[in-house]
Amino acid sequence: MIKLKNLHKSYVTGSNSLHVLKGISLEIEEGEMVSVMGASGSGKSTLLNVLGILDNYDSGEYYLNGMLIRDINETKAAVLRNRTLGFVFQSFNLISFKNALENVALPLYYQGVSRRKRNQIAMEYLERVGLKDWWTHLPSELSGGQKQRIAIARSLISKPKVILADEPTGALDSVTSMEVMDLLQEINDEGITIIIVTHEHDIAERTQRSIKLKDGVIENILYHKSNFKAVASF
Amino acid sequence: MFDRDRWQEIYSTLKSNKLRTFMTAFGVFWGILMLIIMTGSGNGLRNSVYDGFQDFATNSSFMWTRQTTIPYKGLPRGRNWLFNNEDMKALREGVPEMGYLAPRLQPWSGNGDNNVVRGIKTASYDIFGDYPDFFRIDPVTMLSGREINEIDIRENRKVAVIGNRVRDELFDLDEDPIGQYIRIRGVYFQVVGVFEPRNKNISFGSDKEKSIFIPFTSLQIAYNMGDEVHFIAVTAKENIPVSVVEKKVMAILAERNKVAPEDEMAFGHVNLEEEFKQMNGLFNGIDMLIWIVGIGTLFAGVVGVSNIMLIVVKERTKEIGIQRSIGATPWKVIGQILMESVTLTSLSGMIGLVLGVSILEFINYQMVSSGAEGETFKNPGVDFNTAVIALVVLIIAGLLAGFIPAKKAVSIKPVEALRAD
Repeated sequence: MIKLKNLHKSYVTGSNSLHVLKGISLEIEEGEMVSVMGASGSGKSTLLNVLGILDNYDSGEYYLNGMLIRDINETKAAVLRNRTLGFVFQSFNLISFKNALENVALPLYYQGVSRRKRNQIAMEYLERVGLKDWWTHLPSELSGGQKQRIAIARSLISKPKVILADEPTGALDSVTSMEVMDLLQEINDEGITIIIVTHEHDIAERTQRSIKLKDGVIENILYHKSNFKAVASF
Repeated sequence: MFDRDRWQEIYSTLKSNKLRTFMTAFGVFWGILMLIIMTGSGNGLRNSVYDGFQDFATNSSFMWTRQTTIPYKGLPRGRNWLFNNEDMKALREGVPEMGYLAPRLQPWSGNGDNNVVRGIKTASYDIFGDYPDFFRIDPVTMLSGREINEIDIRENRKVAVIGNRVRDELFDLDEDPIGQYIRIRGVYFQVVGVFEPRNKNISFGSDKEKSIFIPFTSLQIAYNMGDEVHFIAVTAKENIPVSVVEKKVMAILAERNKVAPEDEMAFGHVNLEEEFKQMNGLFNGIDMLIWIVGIGTLFAGVVGVSNIMLIVVKERTKEIGIQRSIGATPWKVIGQILMESVTLTSLSGMIGLVLGVSILEFINYQMVSSGAEGETFKNPGVDFNTAVIALVVLIIAGLLAGFIPAKKAVSIKPVEALRAD
């Protein structure tokens, strides 16, 4: 599903150049659930941004679903983000003036689905994350866990192949964190590839393997054998 | 256009900082208000001036004599001279381009001694000896009776057509002046008509409302004027500039009266066609100035909108980043911002338009009801075209104002947008 070959990425600020990713090669299969770990500054967020086509890279190759992602224009990138990828952020990133239902329906709005149809679909996804009764609420009226579940519903609505989660539990307490992880696990069980960036070990342990980054290179890959059942069943 | 999500977003942005929205909108509102009020006032001024000579023959010229300034054929400079009856005949034969020729006598002005008597009332008025053709050049509205006609001229009738204020002063309210007699410099004339001037803004030193017209021939004979002619009014035939006629007429008159051909100072003359052109030019100039100032004011407002949109875009960087991360294409984002900017400008512009038109209507209403209409201002207002142009200008202005901010919004990478706070 995702294939990286010797990926490099630097940030240039003025005369300084910061080499963040120093040759990452990686393959993630369809249906995998992978965590990316590392200290701050290790390049894990940058990696996720490159995978999400939110940022470009300098050299190397990135194949998403068999397609080389390089120098694509913003319109094409928007379509890929809309149809192939789903994002879950640490700070939820819901639109503040839209209610739960409208937030979930937003990706379909960009696809040009009619309001009635997309609200109907959004309601199904809200039901799935257990927030059907909260559909009229604005993000400011919801708890962190609820917001994250709304965000997950939003990332799922366009039936993406990959979900990219950047510290999805970073702003949540441990109980809620586990609930959110349960939800992600469920989604993964349906065959959607999930990549989670985290620095929490108990989150990483719930994925099938942890990719540990250090100073822009992969330090090691840790396999959590107990979680292989899901993959094995495929 | 009728995309609910789009409008929801616009509403939410505009609502989020009401004072700022109001201030921004005010700039555009003010620009349009000024534009409308100024064009309306310009139109009012133009209407009032044009109304003052609505029926006047604009292809006309007026001539009178002055002292000669060049010695000619043994005659000294500084000589006083006058046109005469024979000159008129010569003009009719010699200038085929001429339309009307109306010779006139104006022996006494209304500023001098009391020259008119009726019963115990005496007053001072402008007395004119006229041909019927003069009423073709400067038409009047007959309140009662008739104008001077050809039979009056032919039979040298002692009849008079009086202005409305002459009637007011010499006759009682319930009196019918028609058929009554008035004494002008010792000679009795029968009143056959009362008129009201139509072209108040054109006169040659006289108050038309306080004028009396009597037949040219009657005046010439009754007061021993010989064959004198004091003043002539001529018009040109259709599609001929009156200046051509004027030149020919003056050449003939100079030749016949031994005035040097190059002695332009020996004639007093007014070419109304030229005056009219100049005035048209003046009003067009005023119009242009109004539009320049108006558009300038509007532009300042639009720059304000653009400025605010830049701030709005900056404030909403993160939100735009979120939208892009879940699949909003750049054009979707640009469209949204343009829409916002156009909404803001056209909405505030519309309010300015409506208020401006209302103010003009109010002024008009006040003027009509207080009777001040027509003095310096008449029917101030803007036509439908101006309103449509203003609206188009607003929409274009809105697009321009939104364009730079919109471009800026999509020029940054989504990842940077997401990182913003």
